[in-house]
Amino acid sequence: MATIAELESISSQVRRDIIRMVNGCSSGHPGGSLGCADLMSALYFKELDIKPENFTIEGNKEDMFFLSNGHISPVWYSVLSRRGFFPTKELATFRQLGSRLQGHPTPKYNLPGVRVASGSLGQGMSVGIGAALAKKMNGCGHLVYTLHGDGELQEGQIWEAVMFAGSNKVDNLISIIDYNNAQIDGKVDNVLTLGNLKEKFLAFNWEVVEMQGNDMEDCLRGLNDAKSLTKNGKPVVILMHTLMGYGVDFMQGLNKWHGTAPTDEQATNALSQLKETLGDY
Amino acid sequence: MKKYNVLGNKDTRSGFGDGLLEAGKRNPNVVALCADLTESVKMTAFKEEFPDRFVQVGIAESNMVSIAAGMALSGKVAYIGTFAAFATGRVYDQIRQSVAYSNTNVKICGSHAGITLGEDGATHQILEDIGLMKMIPNMVVINPCDYNQTKQATIAISEHNGPVYLRFGRPKVPIFISEDTPFEIGKAIVLNEGKDVTIIATGHLVWEAIVAGEKLAEQGIDAEIINIHTIKPLDTEAILRSVNKTGCVVSCEEHQYNGGLNDSVSQLLSRNNPKPIEYIGIDDKFGESGKPEDLMVKYGLKSENIISAVHKAIKRK
Repeated sequence: MATIAELESISSQVRRDIIRMVNGCSSGHPGGSLGCADLMSALYFKELDIKPENFTIEGNKEDMFFLSNGHISPVWYSVLSRRGFFPTKELATFRQLGSRLQGHPTPKYNLPGVRVASGSLGQGMSVGIGAALAKKMNGCGHLVYTLHGDGELQEGQIWEAVMFAGSNKVDNLISIIDYNNAQIDGKVDNVLTLGNLKEKFLAFNWEVVEMQGNDMEDCLRGLNDAKSLTKNGKPVVILMHTLMGYGVDFMQGLNKWHGTAPTDEQATNALSQLKETLGDY
Repeated sequence: MKKYNVLGNKDTRSGFGDGLLEAGKRNPNVVALCADLTESVKMTAFKEEFPDRFVQVGIAESNMVSIAAGMALSGKVAYIGTFAAFATGRVYDQIRQSVAYSNTNVKICGSHAGITLGEDGATHQILEDIGLMKMIPNMVVINPCDYNQTKQATIAISEHNGPVYLRFGRPKVPIFISEDTPFEIGKAIVLNEGKDVTIIATGHLVWEAIVAGEKLAEQGIDAEIINIHTIKPLDTEAILRSVNKTGCVVSCEEHQYNGGLNDSVSQLLSRNNPKPIEYIGIDDKFGESGKPEDLMVKYGLKSENIISAVHKAIKRK
């Protein structure tokens, strides 16, 4: 089982991968990817019970993960490849013609780890609910995880899903909100405030866990708390406080890095701040 | 003209309901989801027989589509049922991303399609759904013509692995396809062989085409009548074979002709064998409240309209 230090070392490499992928094709979304690097490393290297060597769309007898905010594909692709779902050298093809690593994730080219397309926001929680319901029908005791941006919660479908999961006791679902208060047009609070998110989820009959998503120890604590709350009649949401662009000083906390690729010079600067721990692809 | 007897009068949505129940009995992985219209779209029998395989999502169609996609990923054959207007236009993006692009095994079942929904009026009378659905890659589009064919189609799509849009309606209409008529997705049914004109019809207008064919026969016009239940993939072979023989076409649908069956057939002919084609369909209009039969007359979807169109098409040969 991975230790905190080992997970931190993985997330440092994942951050390097993100910078190199986005810089390599001069496009993509580094901000949210960097912010979620710790969570994704914790999920894929510790929390999820998964079979990277034998990936199936059905995901029977294993945990399932759905990335609803598909634009942070760099962090997902990096973690998937580092975990052994596909060769890390494939990360170099990100967003290139003919690549399985499309700008936004899709199962179309049989990329192991990806089960459904995402990119158009707001659909992943519903998909996760469907998978969670099927798990119950199939007698599978594993969990379904979904990840969302906080700006994504402005989509109406999210609240249809939140209402459904709370009403129908979908208690094998853990939805994680990347609560960085940043979206393309500015701070979420200024674009369209989410108000008291915790109270909203509680009102919809969810269990709520809060955690610091850029503190590996707290990340593990939060994921563990969330898991312990499952199978008790309520879905679980994790409000994960992060900084957009975390780990790169000139990106940190700035919404302009939502979907902007660093220049070569900026990438060099960023990489100098991130330790190469597992070997660059 | 081959004689077609009316075997009864039933709504095609009931064919869907009975087909769904049968599909559920044959395959334990069949599940059904509904958005607060269980009885209207005839899903009650399935719900009562398989309560653990039925999901009531409430009035939240977007959520329903994506939940169905998630269930399909895990090996379920997920049928979603609501009015066609809400099953297609309202949730286009969910269908496009979670269902079609992801190629999930979801069956989008749209009831109350077309103008014959009647009194509820244009908000609910979707006349663009075939076009919306056929344009999406991976999507199969089926518009059966009577109770029996709708039941057959509902069962057949459970055996097709991939996204399907199944379109059916509200009013009671004649049953004329026998239960033992083979149904194969993508395979047109030649209801009458003829040499003067090819009438290509889908959905409720197939019966009108038969009525028209009988009257045309009395006028000495020998019409070939093709029932296109699958608009995508289109049975191009059956259409081209027929048009080679007859030299002109009338397409008939309860839908905008722009984007509908007429559009598919016209494209096929223009590429392979350009011939005169006339259409029976909605001409860039919204519907309105009224009795289904009165609306069919007002919007020119009756056998008389087909007969006029046939005369025009033949004249243009």
